Amino acid sequence: MSLPTTASQTIGPFFAILLPLGSNELAPPGTPRAIRVEGCVFDGAGTPVPDALIELWQASESGQHALTHDETFRGFGRCMTDPDGRYSFVTVKPGRVPGWDERVQAPHLSLGIFARGVLKRLSTRLYFPDEAAANASDPVLSGINEANVRRTLIASAVGPRRYTFDIHLQGDSETAFFAI
Amino acid sequence: MASDTGNRTSGYRPDDEATQPPYLYAAYRSTVLRSPSRPLIPLQQTLSEITGPIFGPGDVGPLDYDLTRQHSGQPLGQRIIMSGRLVDGDGSAIPHSLIETWQANAAGRYAHSEDNHEAPLDPNFTGGGRCLTDAHGHYRFVTIHPGAYPWGNDPNAWRPAHIHFSVFGPAFATRLITQMYFPGDPLLPFDPILDSIPDPTARQRLVATFDWDTTEPGFALGYTFDIILRGPNATPIEA
Repeated sequence: MSLPTTASQTIGPFFAILLPLGSNELAPPGTPRAIRVEGCVFDGAGTPVPDALIELWQASESGQHALTHDETFRGFGRCMTDPDGRYSFVTVKPGRVPGWDERVQAPHLSLGIFARGVLKRLSTRLYFPDEAAANASDPVLSGINEANVRRTLIASAVGPRRYTFDIHLQGDSETAFFAI
Repeated sequence: MASDTGNRTSGYRPDDEATQPPYLYAAYRSTVLRSPSRPLIPLQQTLSEITGPIFGPGDVGPLDYDLTRQHSGQPLGQRIIMSGRLVDGDGSAIPHSLIETWQANAAGRYAHSEDNHEAPLDPNFTGGGRCLTDAHGHYRFVTIHPGAYPWGNDPNAWRPAHIHFSVFGPAFATRLITQMYFPGDPLLPFDPILDSIPDPTARQRLVATFDWDTTEPGFALGYTFDIILRGPNATPIEA
């Protein structure tokens, strides 16, 4: 039996009336080696998107994804963009996770983007600029031939353990989105 | 690098494109600048996609499922009971899985600072709910019938009454946000958000069913709405 998946619809502009479940602080303040990731979501005209929801899913520092709800590091975060289209997460840098064909993946954050005007989730990944060797052998990154597209998936370092990662929904700087 | 994949699937089946909206659907104007212009890049699923956030009883309050009991008084509007089943593409129940809902009040107004519709707020209604499915994939919410409301898509655009559903399922790959509509709503044929779904039967599946069995005498009308998430591939992953 194969049943068709229920159709997706836009999140719309009012998701925030739900009291938040899941926060943008995956690592509590004071966590050693905590990193901060921040950025802005832009539309095709370069205008910030003030009503997007970014969801983050990642492995722990040792490269394990949480498999139950009672693990210390649950690996899930959420952030609504602010009126300037900005989001941020405080978390830890994930470890390396198996890929396929014996190839190990570079550290990455999986991101899902929902917004008014986005009829189904957009999926992308954030890779780290200080992981050049791991990135070069990552099976997903290295499968993208165009350097300018690959580059949209790599965050910029702006300070110690601080990264920026802008998301462009459309246009010349369009972020690489995946069919997962 | 060991990872406990257990009996986890090797991945999730892709969707039939006709059953899902495209990113660009010009009749829904907000998609024009918010849809990617390049095709999506195929990604062979890895642990990052076939695992996903897991929620437990500690994440959900005892009254989160009842949107009529979140304030000191009762909200205005027609009380309804929304229930249904969360299953995967094989028809198997998805147990203990988070479902979130949000909606407008009976007058068609969201309790959100950016909603400028000049309809009254209801001090006894916020409009957000959540619950976990039970062991058999069943969920149940008590709420009120939301109102239709105008929006800016064209000078006389109205959204049909709807409830937003957010579901997670077992994996990052199965995450889904959708909207549920009500049978007999005269606005359904005119809604570009619903109409963005190419397959008419897929559109119809977003319309709930009025149900006597879950209608509670003297209390509330029952509607049912089942949600289907992507089914697993047949081949299990090699440990």
